Amino acid sequence: MHFGPHLLLAALEGLVTSAVLALTALGLSLVFGVMRVVNVAHGEFFMLGAVLAWAITSAIGGHPALGFLAALVIAPLIVGAIALVAERLVLRRLNYNPEATIVATIGMLYIIQQLALSFYGPEARPVEPPFSYRILLPWFGYSGYKLSIIAASALLLIATWLVLTRTRIGLIMRATQYDSETAQAFGIPVDRVYGGVFALGAMLAAIAAVLIVPISQAHYLMGQDPLLLSFIVVIIGGLGSLRGTVVAAVLIGLSDGIISMFFSPTLAKMIATLLVAMVLVFRPQGLFGTAAR
Amino acid sequence: MADKNGFFDLSKTGLISKTGLTRRTALKGLAATAGLAVAPGFVRYSQAQSSAPIKIGFQSHRTGIGAAYGRWYEKTTAAAVKAINAAGGINGRPVEVIIEDDGTDPGRGAEVVGKFATQHKTDIVFGTLFSHVVIGSAPAAGEAKIPYFVVSEGHHVASTKLNRYVFQPGITDVKSQIQSMAPWIAANAGKKVTQIFPDFAFGYDHRDYLPPALKAQGADVIAQIAIPPTESSFTKYFPQIPPETEVIYHVMVGPAVLTFVKELGEFYGSNRPQLFGFMDSLEATDINSPGLEFLDGSHFWEGSPRYAQADDSAAQKAYRAAVGIDDNGAAVGDPKDVSTASHMFGCWETLYVVKKAMEDAGYKGPEDRAKLVEATEALTAFAEGPEHPQGAKTFNGKIHQCFGIQNISKVEGGKLKVVHKTKIEDGLYEAEGDYTTQAL
Repeated sequence: MHFGPHLLLAALEGLVTSAVLALTALGLSLVFGVMRVVNVAHGEFFMLGAVLAWAITSAIGGHPALGFLAALVIAPLIVGAIALVAERLVLRRLNYNPEATIVATIGMLYIIQQLALSFYGPEARPVEPPFSYRILLPWFGYSGYKLSIIAASALLLIATWLVLTRTRIGLIMRATQYDSETAQAFGIPVDRVYGGVFALGAMLAAIAAVLIVPISQAHYLMGQDPLLLSFIVVIIGGLGSLRGTVVAAVLIGLSDGIISMFFSPTLAKMIATLLVAMVLVFRPQGLFGTAAR
Repeated sequence: MADKNGFFDLSKTGLISKTGLTRRTALKGLAATAGLAVAPGFVRYSQAQSSAPIKIGFQSHRTGIGAAYGRWYEKTTAAAVKAINAAGGINGRPVEVIIEDDGTDPGRGAEVVGKFATQHKTDIVFGTLFSHVVIGSAPAAGEAKIPYFVVSEGHHVASTKLNRYVFQPGITDVKSQIQSMAPWIAANAGKKVTQIFPDFAFGYDHRDYLPPALKAQGADVIAQIAIPPTESSFTKYFPQIPPETEVIYHVMVGPAVLTFVKELGEFYGSNRPQLFGFMDSLEATDINSPGLEFLDGSHFWEGSPRYAQADDSAAQKAYRAAVGIDDNGAAVGDPKDVSTASHMFGCWETLYVVKKAMEDAGYKGPEDRAKLVEATEALTAFAEGPEHPQGAKTFNGKIHQCFGIQNISKVEGGKLKVVHKTKIEDGLYEAEGDYTTQAL
């Protein structure tokens, strides 16, 4: 294949990765930004989203778009509810202590993974895309559904940004993030905000998973890669920074697409890891993060 | 034992009665045992000196990327053991299978072999497919001196890289499969071949043995694309396929195989090179899944055909009924539960080889393991029939590997139809070593 089309395909693949990564990493970043909790179980919320999408689409017959839309609404709600319960039962009782919550979320990771294995099974199962349209380019064909993922993700990111910057809920979240003690003194129910943010973070991961499951497959071990990449993204972008998360996700996604296509996937992972190391050395707060006070 | 609160006083829990075993309980126990002995279905193993069961440790891929295979390997094994026991067992003793999950992981696989040898004290270890698990587990079997019968496909047993305790008597190896099918590929599909294979041991067998096999037929491998086994997206590899490619030879394994074929379809559409796939790319996957219409007209290797064929033997029909797969190769009663038909017959056939070898050796217990190894090595051929429904096989005791026939099937109307069967001779090659020279 010639260089031009090759690069185009690489960029398209990279953008799809970026789109899903931005949503997943945003969830992780929000939870850390507001609650100072490093959620190691984030990848498992992603996996739960995909597994539930399979369960919902197979329960609903008819046109695949029906099941998919239902999954897009119901799966994140269920995952959010599970996250809320986990937050109430575990994280709150640990007083959101940073070290304790890391260990606790590692525990949650294993519990969720094993529950998925027990109830869903070890198989990888396909979900039919809501529509199948093959975009025919002169050099190769490309999945129309994949392009729609990019659009959907962009819309969701804009919506999240609007909620954070233009609504009262966003204001409360930002106040809690800025200084939770003062916020509490001003009558903000910090405790409830924490529960809501943790659920929201999990829901963003679940939405990302529902979007990707028709081009990938639902599998109980699928949470590991997105977790790792999300950490890379939030470290580079700066924890708690929406803008940084999006920029870093595009950077990592595109470089993964292009480097792994022209060179090797291993090299792409190596460069991403090197980038993390560089950011940690020269700008520990991340590209767009503000230094911790 | 009783502490102040009585926590450790077992008598209070009702588990142990304070007076010990009463006469009434003893009588009840005796009656139950007698009842069991006269119950219908109880087989009397009268000619055996001991009627203790022969214990087979089954290393199964219950979890991890091999899980779909593990599930069907277990079903096939259960069916074979049921048939063997119904016919009187092995040497008049019943067969009992003990299953441990290897997680499709080499480290765990080796642990499982150790567990069978020392904890469960099984007579042999059996099972497992993924080559990296076999290679990782083989040294543990050699150290424990416990015969290890694998139902893998890789060339690792036949290449004599493992040890004298490892056998693969129920399924052919990749080198033999490729060699017997290369003439068909070169003559019917095309001469310029691009290979896509998983980046681990099993894939390397394809990488190493396809080029020479095709070269001998006047065809060439023009590109080789290795894909990590945990990869979940494949489009990024497709630009590496040279435009002059006439045949794409694909062999993928693990949970993402469906994605692989779907993305290949999106990339090429109807304007594609010929496709020749190893059935591994589609095992346990419904060929009528959305996106797979793209495979129509392409060809696949099958060890044993997934779909019932018009000329199926009585033995093949009986085998399919015993395992519980319908004419489409799915579980009876669940059309969505598609089997790993191309591979799982190996479990059935291997168990019958074990039975034959144990009977030849007059096997009585773990002290006869060396005799069992020698008796297995002395085997030369297995006739097609109820014990070997996939077809006749020869066995080379020096390299512990069997040789059999292969099927080439065409996808037509959402089904696979066998269009060519190879002969045993097509897959024979010079032995690369001799296990029998190793000490037992």
